[in-house]
Amino acid sequence: MPNMSLNKQKMPEQDPNIRNKNFLEVALGYTEEMAREEAQRCLQCKNKPCVAGCPVNVQIPEFIKLVAEGRFEEAYGKIRETNSLPGVCGRVCPQETQCEQLCVRAKKGESVAIGRLERYVADWYMANRKNKVESVEAKNKKVAVVGSGPAGLTCAGDLAKLGYDVTIFEAFHVPGGVLMYGIPEFRLPKSLVQKEIDTVKELGVKIMTNMVIGKVFSLDELIEEGYEAIFIGSGAGLPSFMGIPGENLNGVYSANEFLTRINLMKAYKFPDCDTPVKIGKNVAVVGGGNVAMDAARCAKRLGAENVYIVYRRSEAEMPARLEEVHHAREEGIIFKLLTNPTRIEGTEDGWVKGIECSEMVLGEPDSSGRRRPVPKEGSEHVVDVDTVVIAIGQSPNPLIKSTTPGLETQKWGGIIVEEETGATSKAAVYAGGDAVTGAATVILAMGAGKKAAAAIDKYLSSDNIKV
Amino acid sequence: MFKIVRKEVLNPSVKLMEIEAPFVARKAEPGQFIIFRIDEEGERIPLTIADFDRKKGTVTIIFQEVGKSTRMLGQMKVGDVILDFVGPLGVASHLENYKKVAVIGGGLGTAIAYPQAKKLHSLGAEVDSIIGFRSKDLIILEEEMKQASTRLFVATDDGSNGNKGFVTDILKRLVEEGNSYDLVIAIGPLIMMKFVSLLTKQYGIKTLVSMNPVMVDGTGMCGGCRVTVGGKTKFACVDGPDFDGHEVDFDEAMRRQNMYKKEEKKSEEKHACRLVSQEQKAYGGEGNA
Repeated sequence: MPNMSLNKQKMPEQDPNIRNKNFLEVALGYTEEMAREEAQRCLQCKNKPCVAGCPVNVQIPEFIKLVAEGRFEEAYGKIRETNSLPGVCGRVCPQETQCEQLCVRAKKGESVAIGRLERYVADWYMANRKNKVESVEAKNKKVAVVGSGPAGLTCAGDLAKLGYDVTIFEAFHVPGGVLMYGIPEFRLPKSLVQKEIDTVKELGVKIMTNMVIGKVFSLDELIEEGYEAIFIGSGAGLPSFMGIPGENLNGVYSANEFLTRINLMKAYKFPDCDTPVKIGKNVAVVGGGNVAMDAARCAKRLGAENVYIVYRRSEAEMPARLEEVHHAREEGIIFKLLTNPTRIEGTEDGWVKGIECSEMVLGEPDSSGRRRPVPKEGSEHVVDVDTVVIAIGQSPNPLIKSTTPGLETQKWGGIIVEEETGATSKAAVYAGGDAVTGAATVILAMGAGKKAAAAIDKYLSSDNIKV
Repeated sequence: MFKIVRKEVLNPSVKLMEIEAPFVARKAEPGQFIIFRIDEEGERIPLTIADFDRKKGTVTIIFQEVGKSTRMLGQMKVGDVILDFVGPLGVASHLENYKKVAVIGGGLGTAIAYPQAKKLHSLGAEVDSIIGFRSKDLIILEEEMKQASTRLFVATDDGSNGNKGFVTDILKRLVEEGNSYDLVIAIGPLIMMKFVSLLTKQYGIKTLVSMNPVMVDGTGMCGGCRVTVGGKTKFACVDGPDFDGHEVDFDEAMRRQNMYKKEEKKSEEKHACRLVSQEQKAYGGEGNA
């Protein structure tokens, strides 16, 4: 008999007023009892609408059935068939707009907590895993993967499972990409990301850190080095600024820099770790996406008294996940909606002292389909702040494009690919993730990595036939 | 892991290290930089490449001990390893097709000016190098610069080497004596680069300066290294580090360089305190500091 409760098992969480002072994980995870209870809410529908909502097609009802039966190791195996990073996805995927949105249970009450169950299974496996590596027949074909974020790790993992000799080239000193430098510890513990990376390495994937492709090797040089195909998953690493006066004052950060200092370089442990970050008493974070929420919640944890989210549209248009907005509110972040910065004010010696904003009203829908915000005349006002974090988006890093003749990109920098395969305009070169789409989600990047891996396999196999 | 294969003390606070980094050495060009990180807790610190040997697979860096990371690096010995060493980063200097160039190095900047002078010299340009230091005992790379230059001028602020003055004084004299340069390269403290640029602007001589602002990743990702050049924001790591000296907003750059002064001091104090405690332990003292 399925569990007919209308609501999901509640996720145990740290108390908002305690967690907004630490970097420990906010959501604590289900117990075994809760997981099995929740798993029984799944109706095991024949047509599995949820699976269609998953960019990597996790076999959701199947793994949930195994959870209900307490067969967690098999449940993990089922998820891993199509998803290389279940512990990450269970935590950061926007399930509410993907699998869970299509869940039949959501028609009356809440959907099955698919994400929370995925997380439970991954965490169970990490705690109870036995080291076993299934050996696959080696294909003796080398593939290079540029970038070790979600797209690159997924592509590399899938290709390794097929027997390819895969090397990932990572520019930073640790692998993981945005999972390490972008998403904060309290939302995605770095030790967990490391464990997920280790499971990819166990498949035989080699990871070379401190390798900036475009500098140390161009793509053409990688091909000369014997790599028969290349996947570019270099992410969206170029921060956008607003182009308003005062953006180069001391105390203005891109969200990339702010979060990298805190997450990757562990500035929250300064001076035990050497990299500092400036927080100040009052902080304005400009933007309404997950990155803005992450930056705001970090600032609060690092001791800022007042942290403002400054966003030019209303809450309905915010691109951030509902859960993140909700968590931010609970932690005391102040939302200044329909507010647009026009200028950052500085002290005489060049430090931020305030941010001038206009109030906005929503007009007609724009090209994105969202109502366009227009300034209210005479509504300019200054909010006193010491730090401003600009979190209005990132575009793809131009380093590879500028060193790769024949690689076509969009005007804004995104690499142009064939939708179904990730094939670029350059032979043997594939791409996916934020490097193609601009800043998007972890799971979409993973989906793209997956498609490209299949296409690379097909390409290299047909090559084989020719020989 | 990157092994230190040679170490030299150039002056009391400036050291040279040759590091085994074959991938970096393979592609390095004058004007480019590397980022190093000493250990797991370390900060990512950019340093301009002073020399490289593609055959040996080594890259030479010259650094002044100005903060915790460079001080720790300075204490390392031949055979020790640095955790991370990434590069070559930034755009290489374009040094082709110049006939007569003045290469100016101020203090530690001489270490960065050296590969440029060497390259220009090897390309057949006439190179007048002008290097300046606070005093005689701080002079570095005099012999190397002499070999990479047609003429070398060494000035000290206090005149202790018998040639008192600033690099700008010498440049001014040379220009007024009728030397016509088609390029001036100025590398050193921001204030020096500012004044060289102001001077050459009067003479209308094209001037390149090398910026070394605070940065994290060095690949265009963080935007911390923003420099205003010709009224536009540039990222020193990917658009530079060389920029047109007549277009750079040096005052803003000087202000931005001071962003973490307080934190740097705190970090150093903590480091000093740890060193004292280690020494006490080594000598059997009460290492509870």
